[in-house]
Amino acid sequence: MNQQRIFWIIAIIIIAVLVFYGIEIAGLKPLSILEATFLAMTPLVLAAVGECINEKAGVVNIGLEGILLITSVLGVYGAEIFGNGWGGLFFGSLIGALIGLFMGLISVYARAAQVVAGMGINIFALGFVPFLLRAIWAFPGIHLFPRELMVQPFSTPIGRINPVTLIAIASAILGSLLLHRTVLGFRIKACGERPEAADVAGIRVDLIRVFTATLGGALCGLGGAFMPLGWFGGVVKEISAGRGFIALACVVFAGLEPLLALAAAFIFGFAEGFAYAVAITPGVKEVIPFYFVHMIPYVTTLLVVSVAIGQRRFPAASGLPYSRE
Amino acid sequence: MRWLRGLRPILESLVAIVVGLIIGSVLMLFFKYQPIKAYIALFKGAFGTTGDVLETLAFSVPIMLTAITFALGVRTGLFNIGAEGQMYLGAIGAVAVAGLLRLPPVIHVLAATLAGMIAGALWALIPALLKVWRGVHEVISTIMFNWIAYHFSIYLAIYFLAQPGRAERTVPALPTARYPVLAEGSTLTAVIFVALAFCFFIYFYLWGTRAGYELRLVGENPHAARYAGASAKKVILTSFLLGGVAAGLAGASQIIGRPPAWSLYATLGNVSSLGFDGIGVALIGRNHPLGGILAAILYGALAHGGRYMEYQAGVDSEMVRAINGIIIVALSIPELWAIIRRRIKR
Repeated sequence: MNQQRIFWIIAIIIIAVLVFYGIEIAGLKPLSILEATFLAMTPLVLAAVGECINEKAGVVNIGLEGILLITSVLGVYGAEIFGNGWGGLFFGSLIGALIGLFMGLISVYARAAQVVAGMGINIFALGFVPFLLRAIWAFPGIHLFPRELMVQPFSTPIGRINPVTLIAIASAILGSLLLHRTVLGFRIKACGERPEAADVAGIRVDLIRVFTATLGGALCGLGGAFMPLGWFGGVVKEISAGRGFIALACVVFAGLEPLLALAAAFIFGFAEGFAYAVAITPGVKEVIPFYFVHMIPYVTTLLVVSVAIGQRRFPAASGLPYSRE
Repeated sequence: MRWLRGLRPILESLVAIVVGLIIGSVLMLFFKYQPIKAYIALFKGAFGTTGDVLETLAFSVPIMLTAITFALGVRTGLFNIGAEGQMYLGAIGAVAVAGLLRLPPVIHVLAATLAGMIAGALWALIPALLKVWRGVHEVISTIMFNWIAYHFSIYLAIYFLAQPGRAERTVPALPTARYPVLAEGSTLTAVIFVALAFCFFIYFYLWGTRAGYELRLVGENPHAARYAGASAKKVILTSFLLGGVAAGLAGASQIIGRPPAWSLYATLGNVSSLGFDGIGVALIGRNHPLGGILAAILYGALAHGGRYMEYQAGVDSEMVRAINGIIIVALSIPELWAIIRRRIKR
């Protein structure tokens, strides 16, 4: 942790506290906003941390949106098969891992254009999810499942927190430790910066890249399954609503640092939590049309990315296939 | 064997399409559908009668235009996936002029078409400026703008353009602003000629003008472009704006060139996803405006036939979009063709 990063995180916490007091005066409930923030940031953190790690190794996966969509539906399917929400989360991350593994394999061994392949996954999901909803539950566009399959939150002094949120925060901390404190982390970074040098040093660039892509997919899949099972209580065909791309914005903002990605996800999660709170607050909802409230997360993302960009450096070989000549 | 090299892009696209259809059928089998029955229904639905062929062409109009948006981006080295939002705004612009203004017949059609194109270009302007000024990656900015456009367009449709007494859609285009229907009972209108003309215009622009040459040069070799004196910033702006014009025209084509609605549904249901479909169409057409026309007719066939497939085989018509996604993934793999050829030789 260098000083600049500590400065960033402290600044964000101070701004958040000030905003909380500000909105309490405006008549909104800060505690419910904080609860909504934790829910909204969870899939973003999971997707962004996984993407940070696999971009460090040199695989860029812009298919996060598609993975979130597919695993949210299959997560619910898994939960109904296992009869348990945690089983659904496990199934979702398993499917996410498979998609990540596929992405890793075609990037490494078939030298796929990664951005095109990722977009292919997104568009595939756009059509596959309505197909799945009808194929599994014979009902188009939406599915609601029994309440008892939900992963229950527990109460804390700062509101109810879902255990998956804690897993997401832990993944950011562990991801950071993995990258900066372990041998594997140094190898991952070497694969992204200088794959030739890593190869000469005896590191299996292909295996590391496939491994990180799978790990990234698994984390993203957990986030996807969390959306219905820990948050919404149902699936619709556009459940992810651009969150995969907001997670990519977190990654860009963070310059591939998992802890900074956590901070960015908190900001974007807060924007969404704030939007929900505004949408239901009497006195506000009559003045500001609902549609503008919905834009808050996307506008925030654009603003943050426009201001923060330009000072980040990305791995030299990120997004490029590597093979021995 | 030289002539084979020219055919290679077409063969690669065909291989990718076959891979898409095969994997699609595996997914159908997995969920206990009958893929052969589904594909026969798809083909019959798309080309069964003359009416179906016209319908297939009607479906191809908007996506050959949104394909131009993406293809122009790729030619400039950009991954511009903002056609979706720019198309929504194009539709809104066309509704406003076609439904609310009163103009003489021919001028009204032209004005509504232009309004759509300008609205699409304006929506592309901000991501373009963010890219040029701040270096914001276009994947993030255009997707955020798509979502903002989604909510903004629904807002405009409901608050300002709604048809009195029918909240589910906007005011319809006045008869003076409608493109003539080409055949009784079909939804194909003369707007297809505008779309084709636009594709040819982009083709001549890219390969027949200095500005088009600079655009391709920036995409292929930014360093060489700098030495040749081409301004990358100007080229990026032009690429985004022309792409916005294409997407705006696509949106307008669904309002003033597509019966029976002649209006925008408040859910954006009659235009949604056409921008994303254009990405696959552009890639199948090898990011070439004329290749895009062929690919759009193919995808139009899938889209129109998909409805019949849903009716006959029970497979959700959106499956067509999933197959499109698989085709894109297959096209991202340059080795796919080599791998298959190696197998054949063995």
